Amino acid sequence: MNRTFSIGGVHPHDSKISKDCAIEALPLPPTVYISVAQHIGAPAKPIVAPGDKVKVGQPIAEPGGFVSAFIHSSVSGTVKSIAPRADLAGNKQMCIEIAVEGDEWYEGIDTSDTLNTDFSDDNKEIIEKIRLGGIVGLGGATFPTHVKLSPPPGKVCETLIINGCECEPYLTSDYRTLLEKGPQVVTGTAILKQALSVDKAVIAIEENKPQAIEYINKLLSDLRKVSSKYTGITVMSLRKRYPQGGEKQLIDAVMHRQVKSGGLPIDVGAVVQNVGTALAVYDAVQKRKPLIDNTITVTGECFPRQANLLVRVGTPLSFIIDYLGGMPADAAKVISGGPMMGKAISNLDAATLKGTSSLLFLTEKQTRRRPESSCIRCGRCADACPMGLEPFLLNRLAHAGLTDELEKNAVQDCIECGCCLYSCPANIPLLDHIRQAKGQVMGIIRARAAAAKAAASK
Amino acid sequence: MSKLLVSPSPHIHADVSTSALMRDVVIALIPAVLVSVVFYGWSELLVLGVSVASCVLLEYLVTRFMMHKPSTIGDLSAVVTGLLLAMNLPSSTPWWIVFIGAVVAICVAKLSFGGLGQNVFNPAIAGRVFLLISFPMQMTTWEAPQGLFGADAISGATPLGQVKEGLLAGTPLSELVNSDYLSMLFTNIGGSAGEISALALLAGFVYLLCRRVIKPHVTLSIWATVALVSLIFSLAAPERFTGPLFNLLTGGMILGSCFMATDYVTSPMSVVGGIVYGIGIGFITMMIRYFGSYPEGMSFAILLMNAVVPLLNMWFHQKKYGRA
Repeated sequence: MNRTFSIGGVHPHDSKISKDCAIEALPLPPTVYISVAQHIGAPAKPIVAPGDKVKVGQPIAEPGGFVSAFIHSSVSGTVKSIAPRADLAGNKQMCIEIAVEGDEWYEGIDTSDTLNTDFSDDNKEIIEKIRLGGIVGLGGATFPTHVKLSPPPGKVCETLIINGCECEPYLTSDYRTLLEKGPQVVTGTAILKQALSVDKAVIAIEENKPQAIEYINKLLSDLRKVSSKYTGITVMSLRKRYPQGGEKQLIDAVMHRQVKSGGLPIDVGAVVQNVGTALAVYDAVQKRKPLIDNTITVTGECFPRQANLLVRVGTPLSFIIDYLGGMPADAAKVISGGPMMGKAISNLDAATLKGTSSLLFLTEKQTRRRPESSCIRCGRCADACPMGLEPFLLNRLAHAGLTDELEKNAVQDCIECGCCLYSCPANIPLLDHIRQAKGQVMGIIRARAAAAKAAASK
Repeated sequence: MSKLLVSPSPHIHADVSTSALMRDVVIALIPAVLVSVVFYGWSELLVLGVSVASCVLLEYLVTRFMMHKPSTIGDLSAVVTGLLLAMNLPSSTPWWIVFIGAVVAICVAKLSFGGLGQNVFNPAIAGRVFLLISFPMQMTTWEAPQGLFGADAISGATPLGQVKEGLLAGTPLSELVNSDYLSMLFTNIGGSAGEISALALLAGFVYLLCRRVIKPHVTLSIWATVALVSLIFSLAAPERFTGPLFNLLTGGMILGSCFMATDYVTSPMSVVGGIVYGIGIGFITMMIRYFGSYPEGMSFAILLMNAVVPLLNMWFHQKKYGRA
């Protein structure tokens, strides 16, 4: 029996209807809008001005702090403007608008398909190339990768986990990447493993993707014969269960260790990177190609054409939709990400980001919230919660505004995976209320920490 | 272009609803209902009909016209309460006593606490216990099954009642206990309608487990406790105390442990809490059977442990991730 995480979880229908669609490159849009806030941390600072000519892969914004990342032009052309523009949710974000002219790449980038599985032993150089490539985690959080590769002093990484679970229904971009860019992902894994100086790397894939598991295993056994840099990398097949791709759940599944509340994966010796990130690392280190495109699953039963598209960062969503046949009449909701944790999009003029993994179209019937009825105390929410919380209790406490009790019952540990609301037979909007309460309690915790710090420095 | 829906995640929902869960409980009760109708005939059909109809009607009237809320009969929980109440009554119960039981179950035990999910006590059991105390004659006179098709009839008092009376009269236990456990498992038990076939009830229980409507921990913990307590007592004083198999198959044990103690609302939320709750029910039942004045004790035990559930929910929590 394959491993899985030890607490909670649900089994939504996997709906991976786009899994057989090979990755195809989307034609270039006439204009791209590249946000300077595509990662967790400080927004990047633009280093180009309107009127400048830029090439594909040329840096156009530099990190705005320690936790920040470079942004590169994803096209060649002329910078038209640097101005606030509405993002997926309608919030204004600073964007660099570039009119596309041709497809000329920046000097030093290797655009050939030649596979290069041998890499330098110089870890500093590797991490610097990753930093210059603007690589961020593509599993959802978009945390700058070079920061994650530099553990704080005293912390030692024992296992690198490459997250290939893709446990959200509908999403297939990681699966297609494993099948079509397997050698690059494996090389990227070896590079990450070396940069962290760990002996062990695990590529975790759920058992409903047997083709990917078999293929990566074969690649690994071939590469191990060629180079010692590939020893210690294994594939681990995991049981299918949502939210296995959650960082904390994946560490529990692979290492049988749990990250303490408020702690970091490195505290238990783990660093988790996504399949897409491993590919981006390969591109940055072996090809000097920065993160300027990513694979996006475009899917939904009501959508005319399922696809996995290689999309340049900053492409307007409406361009993607029109390319695939236009907005279906019965689509009621468009989601960036999966149906469990993705965000509903209100603005289809918004442009893609480095971390955009999918565009999912759901009909009203599929996504409708049914009317709420009384809690029957069935306990399904508590059974489903992968953090071992009691959503029915947190919901009641949130209604009563009892922040002390909420903190005692660990509302701040909620990972917002949606399992509670998903499994509630009374259709109580548990996560809506818990998410709000969590924000409130996190604010209180932060204020308390700041006050303690101020008192200590006096 | 039409407007897009925007709402927080998750954007999909498991295909589960309160009414679907209750419908599964109704389905699970069908075998036992059929067996009881076949064995007790038209009188049992009347008890079932009156009970279910009054529970549903009362819930509708009270929610609509006294609580001024939308009716909740659509969630089917009143149907479940009606069925369980009927299964807990002798088939000879007059219709007006059945109706009073429904009033207590629905109006007092359920709706006066705020309706489904808010009630502390299992409504069907509250109704039955009220009737047991108020109408002891009618509630302990067991009509011999006439049978819908004139099937073989068995007579008189319940096995547990025979034991209790016999022991009080000084008859040795060995002459009182009917040790034909196989027939107990199939049909031949006098008592409340729902007790007549342990096998039909167990089939429903297995159905609920397979459909993942309930988990088995509460039921198993009751059985284990009853078996253990009666084993110890019957080994220590075989002439006074009945043994495990007898206690597991009589006195509403199967009906109570499979369908009443596993009620979501009135049982603990956590698995550990549920096991403690089951141990409590098993232990109290056995104490009443051995030392109390009532021959059986399942209803009282469940009702008493219902009252402890809020405490169990406070004491026992699920194991949290990353917290020792």
